[in-house]
Amino acid sequence: MNFQAMKSIYFWEMARTRRTLMQSVVSPVLSTSLYFVVFGGAIGSRISEVDGVSYGAFIVPGLIMLSLMTQSLSNASFGIYFPQFTGMIYEVLSAPVSFLEITVAYVGAAATKAMIVGLIIFLTAGFFVPIEVQHPVWMVTFFLLTAITFALFGFIIGIWADNFEKLQFLPLLIVTPLAFLGGSFYSIDMLPEAWQKVALLNPVVYLISGFRWSFYGQSDVSLGLSISMTMIFLGVCLYVVRWIFKTGYKLKP
Amino acid sequence: MSQDCFTKIGTLPEDFPVHMTPIISIRDLEKTYSGGFQALKSVSLDINAGEVFALLGPNGAGKTTLISTICGLVQPSSGQVFIGGHDNQTSYRQARRLVGLVPQEMPTVQFEGVRDLVRLSRGLFGLAPDEKLLEEILKDLSLWDKRDAAMKELSGGMKRRVLVAKALIHQPKILFLDEPTAGVDVELRRDMWRIVSRLRDKGVTIILTTHYIEEAEEMADRVGVINNGELILVEEKAALMSKLGRKELMIELSDTLPEIPESLKGYGLELGAEGRSLRYTYDAQGERTGITGLLNALAEAGLRFDDIHTKQSSLEEIFVDLVRAN
Repeated sequence: MNFQAMKSIYFWEMARTRRTLMQSVVSPVLSTSLYFVVFGGAIGSRISEVDGVSYGAFIVPGLIMLSLMTQSLSNASFGIYFPQFTGMIYEVLSAPVSFLEITVAYVGAAATKAMIVGLIIFLTAGFFVPIEVQHPVWMVTFFLLTAITFALFGFIIGIWADNFEKLQFLPLLIVTPLAFLGGSFYSIDMLPEAWQKVALLNPVVYLISGFRWSFYGQSDVSLGLSISMTMIFLGVCLYVVRWIFKTGYKLKP
Repeated sequence: MSQDCFTKIGTLPEDFPVHMTPIISIRDLEKTYSGGFQALKSVSLDINAGEVFALLGPNGAGKTTLISTICGLVQPSSGQVFIGGHDNQTSYRQARRLVGLVPQEMPTVQFEGVRDLVRLSRGLFGLAPDEKLLEEILKDLSLWDKRDAAMKELSGGMKRRVLVAKALIHQPKILFLDEPTAGVDVELRRDMWRIVSRLRDKGVTIILTTHYIEEAEEMADRVGVINNGELILVEEKAALMSKLGRKELMIELSDTLPEIPESLKGYGLELGAEGRSLRYTYDAQGERTGITGLLNALAEAGLRFDDIHTKQSSLEEIFVDLVRAN
């Protein structure tokens, strides 16, 4: 294994965050605060409790997951797309580095950055509402798995995309709606019955439900189902990445 | 760069017979892109350790595809490449460690600093940072003053130097320069030649592609000509020039000559503009050049001349002839 190369790519990617500190760190804090003012304060004051949890506290796991998913995805897709765009990718591809090492480094950096943002939101939320974490180990598990899965997904998008439009297309038109409809701001029970069935087709529902369960012991679907769906999604992403390596898809003509 | 800068690398197999086996061996390499375009047609080539090899060819001939395939950027359709005895597919780590690549296309990086970019390259090759070597290489390429500048602050020539620094920071045994002087000014081109010659002195094998023939003429030990994906010729530069080189004898006449006299028709002379010069083409390697006979015949025809000079055809003319013939 070329650990030195993985380290170099990882820290190169992390260094890019430092240059965009305002955007990477300050903006999630600001948007979380806004969510709390709007949903927690203005709207939440009219909704007393969801599943025995105050509405303000109820949305915290969903908010963290929302950021974790979108940040992992955009960090990873941009991270691998950018060197292809600038032409710098030649250097990585002609170095004695395996595809696996390249992926671990890029996906690792993207997931790390997203988890830092998730942690900041978690801490920020603590100023607004009392938060309890009933199952910390499960919470960390869901946190990690979601960050890695969506970073892998983003990595795939970043390789697939050959222009900026494609790079934005999937995240904006598919992932963001799924994430919003995945129960970040409401419990699936609150939907009309027919829509509850539709909602179960949304993979994000399982992630958020499992994550929320680790906080308050309340969930829309069972823990087993949540963790299984998460693992399936992760498995699919790993399979696609493996296929990319084997065929050299887009990276190696 | 210090003398031992390139001699510390021990990645060649220990029993590798450096002087007997080519450092790069290409066997029946073919590449057809997914669109159906065949960029390489059964290319076989051996590059000897320590030589400067110039790959000449018109645009789209397959120069960059060949280099990219050797360096692992392009997947060959068939054939094999051995670098220092290592198969570049199955033992790509060992093979790639020996190689530095300066690409033709200038990456459009903007905000990254020079030193950071060069450090990244070293890391990618699995080597621990070496600030002393970094300083040496940057100074050697006149980049030291710009070491902390962002790429966008640099001129095109300076950016190209950064690419060279990136390719050298892992102390490769083989350096690929893909069009190193395309679009650079005369001064930088001279600089690039100087850099190449110093690297050669240190034992680095250099493969460069170019369509500036004077570059190959200036630097190369051997020349390969590629056209339409086929390697149509590989030859020692000196041998190539003398083998294919034709010489011209220009005779500047004292008086205007309306047409070539009957007695001189057998020499294949060409009458120059305004009838003031005659051009005689001959084979420099031929047993008889026919110059003595021609000069005698000129005297007999009563022609007087002011000046005589000869000109050897350049690699450029040889090259144009070759590509046209194909």
